[in-house]
Amino acid sequence: MIPEIGLFALIIAFGIAIVQGVVPLVGAARNDATMISLARPAAWAQLLFVSIAYAALTHAFVVHDFSVLYVSRHSNLVQPLMYRISGVWGSHEGSMLLWALILSIWTTAVAIYSRGLPAALMARVLAVMGLISVGFYAFMLWTSNPFERIFPAPADGNALNPLLQDPGLAFHPPMLYMGYVGFSVAFAFAVAALLGGKLDATWARWSRPWTTVAWSFLTFGIALGSWWAYNELGWGGWWFWDPVENASFMPWLVGTALIHSLASTEKRGVFKSWTVLLAILAFSMSLLGTFIVRSGVLVSVHAFATDPSRGVFILIFLCIVIGSSLALYAWRSGSVVSTGRFTWFSRETALLLNNVILLTATTAVFVGTMYPLVVDALGIGKISVGRPYFDTMFALVSMPLILLLGIGPAMRWKSDNSQRIIKSLAIIFAASLSVGIMLPFVIDGVFNIATGLGLAGALWIAITTLQSLYHRIKTSSRLPLSFLGMILAHLGMAMFVAGVTMVMTYHQEKDVRLEPGATYELSGYEFKFIGVKNVDGPNYTAQEGHLEVRDQGEKIADLYPQKRAYSGMGSPMPMTEASVDTNMVRDLYAAMGEQLGDTAWSLRLYYKPMISWIWLGCLFMTVGGVLAVSDRRYRQKRS
Amino acid sequence: MMQRFMPLIIFGLLVVLLAVGLTMDPRLVPSPLIGKPAPAFELPLLNGEGVFNSEELKGKITLLNVWASWCYACRQEHEVVKQLARSGMNIVGFNYKDKKQDAQQWLAQLGNPYQVVVADEDGRAAIDWGVYGAPETFLIDKDGIIRHKVIGPVSDQKNFDDLMAVVKEISGDNL
Repeated sequence: MIPEIGLFALIIAFGIAIVQGVVPLVGAARNDATMISLARPAAWAQLLFVSIAYAALTHAFVVHDFSVLYVSRHSNLVQPLMYRISGVWGSHEGSMLLWALILSIWTTAVAIYSRGLPAALMARVLAVMGLISVGFYAFMLWTSNPFERIFPAPADGNALNPLLQDPGLAFHPPMLYMGYVGFSVAFAFAVAALLGGKLDATWARWSRPWTTVAWSFLTFGIALGSWWAYNELGWGGWWFWDPVENASFMPWLVGTALIHSLASTEKRGVFKSWTVLLAILAFSMSLLGTFIVRSGVLVSVHAFATDPSRGVFILIFLCIVIGSSLALYAWRSGSVVSTGRFTWFSRETALLLNNVILLTATTAVFVGTMYPLVVDALGIGKISVGRPYFDTMFALVSMPLILLLGIGPAMRWKSDNSQRIIKSLAIIFAASLSVGIMLPFVIDGVFNIATGLGLAGALWIAITTLQSLYHRIKTSSRLPLSFLGMILAHLGMAMFVAGVTMVMTYHQEKDVRLEPGATYELSGYEFKFIGVKNVDGPNYTAQEGHLEVRDQGEKIADLYPQKRAYSGMGSPMPMTEASVDTNMVRDLYAAMGEQLGDTAWSLRLYYKPMISWIWLGCLFMTVGGVLAVSDRRYRQKRS
Repeated sequence: MMQRFMPLIIFGLLVVLLAVGLTMDPRLVPSPLIGKPAPAFELPLLNGEGVFNSEELKGKITLLNVWASWCYACRQEHEVVKQLARSGMNIVGFNYKDKKQDAQQWLAQLGNPYQVVVADEDGRAAIDWGVYGAPETFLIDKDGIIRHKVIGPVSDQKNFDDLMAVVKEISGDNL
C-alpha cells in the first residue's frame, strides 16, 4: 500500500511540476499577476509530494518490503539501518528520486529566500526549475520507476553493493547532487534573465550566492568521494581519472569559472553574456555528468550499454534543456552590452584569464572522457585514455593558473599599474621559487625540478594570499566575510597543491609477504605483523590483520586492516578495508592482500606524506564558499 | 554574430556523437569470433624471456584476460580474476598496450593470478582478437575454440553469471 502511495505522490508531483513550469511562464509573458503568483505555492506543493514519495521509498527499505523490486535488489535482512536508509540512493531509480527531491528543495529555497526579486523574474526562475523537474519525473515514471513491484516477493533481498556500505560513500551522493542540482539555480536565473531580456548586473547579484553554495557542496562531495576511494579501495590512490569522477569534476571546473566571472559581472558589469553562457554550461555539465553515469559509461571504455532506453531518454532531455537554452542564448545575448570598461592590466583581465584556463582544463577533461566515444562512434575502434594524459594536461594547465592565482587578487579593478604589482610581488615570487626549488633537496638530498615547482607554487599562492589579507586589514577597518571566504578558499588551493606534489613525489608503497611476528621497514617506520583473526560484522565476516607501527623503537600506531566478505552477494567479492594512521605530516596505510600459506599474508604498506592536505585543502575551499555566502550584503538585499 | 551560435553548434555536434554512441552497444555485439578458433599469435612474455604461442592455449579450458595497468576497471575486476584462478581456472593474462615496467609493477602490487602473461605492447595481436579495450575476457575451450567473450569487468554480476554459465556448459560436455 505505502509504495503505491509513493508512486501516486510521484505522479501528482509530476502534474504539479508541469503547472509550475508552464503557467507562471505564460503569466510572465502576458503580465498576468494571478498566473505569476501561482509559482510559489506550486513549488511548495511539489516539495510536499516528492517528499512523500521519497519517504515511501525509505519506508520500504526500512521495513524490508521486498515486494518492491528496487528494495529487493539493493538491501537484505541483515543490512544495518543506516545502509538501508542510504540504500535509497544506492542505485539508479532511487538516485533519480533523490535528484528530484533535491531539485525541489532548491526550488523551494529560492521561493523562500528570493522574496525581494521582481515578481515576473521570480516566476520565470521557478518555472524554469519546474520544467527541469518535469523532465526528471517523466524519466522516472517512464523508464525507471522506483516503486515497481515484483510478485511473488522474495524472502530476502540482494544486498547493497558492498562498496557503498561505508559512511564516506553513503553521504557522498547527496552532497554531490546538492552541488549538481544547485547549479540549476544559476541556470534558471540565466534563462529567466534571457527570457525577460534584462541582463543587467542584478541577475548576477541574485544568482551569485546560490552558485557559491552549490559549488561548496560540490567541492565537499567530490572530496568526500576521493577520501572514500582512498580508504575503501585499498589502492592508496585518491583520484583515478575515471569517467565517473570526471563527470563530477567537469561541473566543478565550470562552476569555479562561473563564481569568478559572476564576481566580475556583479561588481563591474563586464562579461555579462559570457557569464550567462557559463551558467548554462555549468548546469549542462551536471546534466551531462548524469548522462555519462546513468547511461552506463560507468566502466572505462565500455560505455552506453546498461539501458539504451534510459540513455535515449536522457539524451532527448539534454537536447531540450541545453539545446533550447543555448538557442535562447544565441537569440538574445546579442542585445547585451557590457557596461564596464577596463584596461588590459586589471583584475578583470586576470579573472578572464582564470576563466580561459579553467575552461581549457574542462576541455581537456572533456576530451579525455569523450575521446574513446568519438573513436567508437567513428568506427575506428575502441580505446581508453589513461592517467598519463590527464596528469600531463593538468600539470600544464595548473602552472599558469597557480601563477595567476597569486597575481589576480592583488590587482585592482578597472586598471592597475604593472610597476606597482611587480614591485609588490617580485620578492614573494623570487622567495617562493627559490625556497620551493630548494625544498626537495632539503627533504631527501636530491634536486627535483618538478617537485620544486609544485612546492614553489603552493608557497606562492599561500604567501600572496596572506599578503592580500594583510593589506586588507591594514587599509580597511572592515573585513567582509566574502573576502575572508576568498582568502580561505585560495589557501585551500595552496594546501591542495602542496599535498598533491608531496604525495606524488615521496609516497612509498610496498607489497610484502609477512609471517606473524615479522617486521618490515618502510620510510623509517617499522611495521610489525602481529597476526590475523576473524571478526564478524552485522552483515559481513572479515579477516582482520593487526600491525604495530614503531618509529625509532617507540610504538606509534596499531593498524587493523580488514578483508570483508559480505553476505547476500552472488559472487562473494571480498572488500578491502584499509587501516590508516593519519596526521598532518604523513599517513601510514595498510591493506590486506592475499593469504599465502598457513599464516603468512601479503600486505600492502604505504607511506603517504601530507596526503591529508589534499582533503583539508578541499575542506578549506568548502568553508571559504560557505563564509562567502554568509556575508551580510546578501542578507540585506533579501529583506 | 556567428559566435553567439557557436555554443549551440558545438552542442549539436556533441548530440550527434552521443546519439551514435547510444546506438553502439558493445555488449550486444558479441565477437564474431565466437565459435571460431582462437586467432594465432606469438607474443613475448611479460615476465622474463621467451615467447608464448597461441597453440599452447589448446588442451584445457582457458580464460584469456585482456588487461592493462592504465585501466581502472581492470583493478576492479582483479579480485574476481584472482578468485577464479584460486578456484582452479587456467587464466592467461593478455597485457594490452602497456609499458612493461608499469605492468610488472601492477602485478606485483595487486597479485598475479595468471599462468602466463603475454605482452602486446603495440596492440597488433589484439586487433586479430577484436579487442575493443580493456578489460575483456575470452573463454577458450579445450580445442582452442572461443566460446564466450566478456566485455567489461568480470566482477560485474551479470558478466560473471553469464561467463560461469558457459564455463559450466563446456566443462560439462568435455568431461
